[in-house]
Amino acid sequence: MKKKGDKGTPAISTASLPDIIFMLLFFFMVSTTMKEQELKVKYTLPDATELHKLEKKSLVSYIHFGIPIESLREKFGTAPRIQLNDTYRTTQDILEFIASERDKLSEGERPAMTVSLKADGNIMMGPITDVKQELRRASALKISYAGVRIEGYGM
Amino acid sequence: MSKRKLEEINAGSMADIAFLLLIFFLVATTMNVDKGITRILPPMPEQDQKANDIKQRNVMEIFVSKFDEIMVDKKKIDILELKDKAKKFILNQGNDVNLPEKEVKEIDLIGKYAVSKGVIAVKNDRGTTYQMYIMVQNELVRAFSEVRDELSMVKFGKDFDDLDGDQRAALAKAVPLAISESEPNTTEGGN
Repeated sequence: MKKKGDKGTPAISTASLPDIIFMLLFFFMVSTTMKEQELKVKYTLPDATELHKLEKKSLVSYIHFGIPIESLREKFGTAPRIQLNDTYRTTQDILEFIASERDKLSEGERPAMTVSLKADGNIMMGPITDVKQELRRASALKISYAGVRIEGYGM
Repeated sequence: MSKRKLEEINAGSMADIAFLLLIFFLVATTMNVDKGITRILPPMPEQDQKANDIKQRNVMEIFVSKFDEIMVDKKKIDILELKDKAKKFILNQGNDVNLPEKEVKEIDLIGKYAVSKGVIAVKNDRGTTYQMYIMVQNELVRAFSEVRDELSMVKFGKDFDDLDGDQRAALAKAVPLAISESEPNTTEGGN
């Protein structure tokens, strides 16, 4: 049965498509943060249950500690390395790094500065302790051991 | 002059522009929130600081060996037992003479409360894995937060996380997070 003047199915109006996409866009703009740095190390964070969110990102400085990413392994090997900002550093550079991070903050914010230690779970405590000692020396005492939330260790 | 209708701007490419922006944000941003176990490191000891004597009963000594074994007061235990053991130590419900002393203090919002003098001392080898260290720290924090939650339930009828700032501070005074870390053994290399 054919109707009179049938010209096939009418095209779906795409006038509201931009609105939908804009909505998605705003959602992503609000819920995400800019990537600050390129990671040059790879790590599997340790599992934990008692994790707390780090509230203010501007007050957080990151110390990445893991094995170099695959593309850099040929040059740097697979021994765990510390990444501060965008380059590989050693424990001795932490003091300077903390000082420069502290300078970026205003006087009032400085006591609330937090260092987030993102280290691979398989690293030995020896080098981690050296990092911690160095942080104590730099009197950056608020520290957060980054981890991945799990349900519990018994499972 | 012929009267023409004002021409509408073609909005057909609007979707493409929006898509482009959307893809840019998808690529350039991250979603993950940073989570971690927050701790305060002890400040560097001053030159002529004497080690203060703490009674044996007030200390729970935890040592994590380089084979990731946990020893509490020289006895080997499993990670799953650690939380309950720490909790028992903090609470000392039966006022056992081998468990920590308590000192009755007057605390705002809570009133008189017997605050435990116990300190949990964690020591690890340089060869201990970071994962194990975090697990031990995690279990200890969990023990403390369970004790806090229980007390919070009794005093305020809410979980610790739902309390306001003053109530939290009061509870933190009643159940202080007494975990101390000593420098690890340097004798056993570990990379």
